[in-house]
Amino acid sequence: MQMMQTKSGPTFMNAMMAKDLAVTTFIAFSLSFLLVGFQTLALQGQQLSYINHLGDVAWSVVLVVLGRYGLLVDREGAHRITLVVCGVAAIYLIGSAVAGLAEVTWYAMLPLPFAQPMVNGIFGAGAAILAVRAASNMVTRRATMMSVEQREAYETRRNRLNRKFSQTVGPIMVLLAIFMPITPWGDRGRVDTLVVILTSVMLGWGLNIVVGLAGLLDLGYVAFYAVGAYTYAKMSIGFGWDFWQTLPFAGLFAAMFGVALGFPVLRLRGDYLAIVTLGFGEMIRIVLLNWTDFTSGAQGISGIPYMDFFGIPFIREPQEGQQSFAKLFGVEYSLDHRIYFTYYVILCLALITNFVTIRLRKLPIGRAWEALREDEIACRALGVNPRNTKLTAFGIGAMFAGFAGAFYATRLGFIAPFSFTFDVSAGILAFVVLGGMGSQVGVALAAIILVGLPEVTRELQLYRALIYGCAMVLIMLWRPRGLLSHREPTIYAMPAKSRFFGLWK
Amino acid sequence: MTAGVPLLNVEHLTMRFGGLVAIDDVSFAAQSGQITGIIGPNGAGKTTLFNCITGFYKPTVGRVALTAAGETHLLERLDGHIIAKTARVARTFQNIRLFPGMSLLENLIVAQHNKLMRASGFTVLGLLGLPIYRHAEVRAKELALDWLRRVQLIDLADQPAGSLPYGGQRRLEIARAMCTDPVLLCLDEPAAGLNPRESAELNELLLGIRDEYKIGILLIEHDMSVVMKICDHIVVLDYGRKIADGGPDAIRKDPAVIRAYLGEDEAA
Repeated sequence: MQMMQTKSGPTFMNAMMAKDLAVTTFIAFSLSFLLVGFQTLALQGQQLSYINHLGDVAWSVVLVVLGRYGLLVDREGAHRITLVVCGVAAIYLIGSAVAGLAEVTWYAMLPLPFAQPMVNGIFGAGAAILAVRAASNMVTRRATMMSVEQREAYETRRNRLNRKFSQTVGPIMVLLAIFMPITPWGDRGRVDTLVVILTSVMLGWGLNIVVGLAGLLDLGYVAFYAVGAYTYAKMSIGFGWDFWQTLPFAGLFAAMFGVALGFPVLRLRGDYLAIVTLGFGEMIRIVLLNWTDFTSGAQGISGIPYMDFFGIPFIREPQEGQQSFAKLFGVEYSLDHRIYFTYYVILCLALITNFVTIRLRKLPIGRAWEALREDEIACRALGVNPRNTKLTAFGIGAMFAGFAGAFYATRLGFIAPFSFTFDVSAGILAFVVLGGMGSQVGVALAAIILVGLPEVTRELQLYRALIYGCAMVLIMLWRPRGLLSHREPTIYAMPAKSRFFGLWK
Repeated sequence: MTAGVPLLNVEHLTMRFGGLVAIDDVSFAAQSGQITGIIGPNGAGKTTLFNCITGFYKPTVGRVALTAAGETHLLERLDGHIIAKTARVARTFQNIRLFPGMSLLENLIVAQHNKLMRASGFTVLGLLGLPIYRHAEVRAKELALDWLRRVQLIDLADQPAGSLPYGGQRRLEIARAMCTDPVLLCLDEPAAGLNPRESAELNELLLGIRDEYKIGILLIEHDMSVVMKICDHIVVLDYGRKIADGGPDAIRKDPAVIRAYLGEDEAA
């Protein structure tokens, strides 16, 4: 059947396609006519008026229909032409967005569908997806004719590639992270951005224990982050302790809250567990908001001591008899010292989280977590205590969030309940799900992409939610189990040639 | 071996679900070094009996005493995971319950959880990478590999358990139960879905376990070729009641058993 079609060549128009395109036109028009077509304006002191953007409506309908047509033609087998046309369109349109960001003015002179470069870019991304699709269809047309053995070999090869990728990218990323501040690109702003990214990576790794390994869907992870942050704030202000003295307590309290949350939800699974943990996250936030005596409510706590160098503060003018970092090392005072030191602290904390997780996975407790995720009843039949296993997962996951929270508080010097909303939990969960449950490198990559991209350019900040959404949809379409979903066994029967790099996975 | 206290002593066990009486006053004993078959038509309460013995259900009435190495555990009072841990009762499931995403070897290592947990100092020592845990893990791995060899799955040791064919999954589940070092092994229809050749291999495996480890085996099975060939002792249930109890030959001739399986002759 397929052979015959390829011989006769793809059809470029028939009744079915015409109908499909008519429906697409109608949907695109009805969606964009009111949403895009009219903008209300409140002029000063006058009645409400509007301006129309019918040109934009026309362009969006045309582009959507063209895209749909590309999809249909590609399905008919005309992969090459779809690839070329969509590829050119994608480069042209995405170029507009890039030019907009880089403030290249001549690009705007070119005939472009929309005045906003970013909107052009979004349509360009659509064209790019079509092009990638066409290209992958060109490859997989061969794949459909593979035998079972060939397909299995293909799968094995892909898994090995995945593993190789994780094993090489992990150490490279760590090396880059270590040397980044001394490269020419390591200015203060960029390092500060990296601090934000690394905090997210650390939170992703922490949640990965609960969600990725133990399979407990936790939507209230931000609560433990908040507990860590408030513990640090109260202890450092109240007792005058420095970061290193307070850090263990932040972890301890967060772990205690994790276990406290764990107890009532021991019997719950899946959706029910997700809802209760979501409620718990909100409870913590609302308590922080309303317990004004202790947390100063919505005002938040300010004046939290900044990071110090193991007890020696980074200050410009130390008082009489007081030590300071600059004085100790005999260097000129610079704000950079603190920021760079902060950066290395979070890098260490994140790497510790990573190493501990990898270690735990290879210990009985980690295997019990994974077994619990796979089948709780079988676990009980083997004498694994489900209660203790779940509580340790909640506790250890929460502990790392507590450490990250303490770090967050000392970095900003100010915390308030609005920093610990459900959005943060959802974002962290997105790293874990998109990165591939249980894959350390995958989680880090997802966090870097999702946090890093919007941080790098202010322009993209507006489109943050859109990027999240698109990334989610695309990953679910292409890699339903996450970017790097391949699971490595924790113990091998056959000794492998080189286990050295396995450390980073 | 059979003298004195039996390994498992079930007395007046009754399990009610609301108005439904799933098990009605069942008593029997199972010995170490013997295979005790539990048979009966569908819905006779065999799996419910297993669930009561292994702690997944709390029986309404009755006593389940397990005596091994001079110690007696009253199973009806213990939770499922404690029965497996301290009373050392292992079980398999009618619908296989492996850890499908984990490798065969990992499945068998998880079965040695409690032993390894102690060796890792409840994670603390293991986290520090002390040799005491590393040695324990090596020993656990050797035991697991022995069992994989025994059930002919050694070549697939690093593959995920979910990718095994049906017969392999059955064998792996038995190996996993044996890795918990049990004194009583409860098998829920281990021959279901196996072809005659695999069935015969299963018989060999179970007889081997019985003779080598001298543990008690409780076996629910519909396949009479398995039951009659390997069981030393058979308990027959029907509608939750015990209708017969004895050796395979006695059971084969028992009129109550024939009635339960073939139906009653109206005229008789």
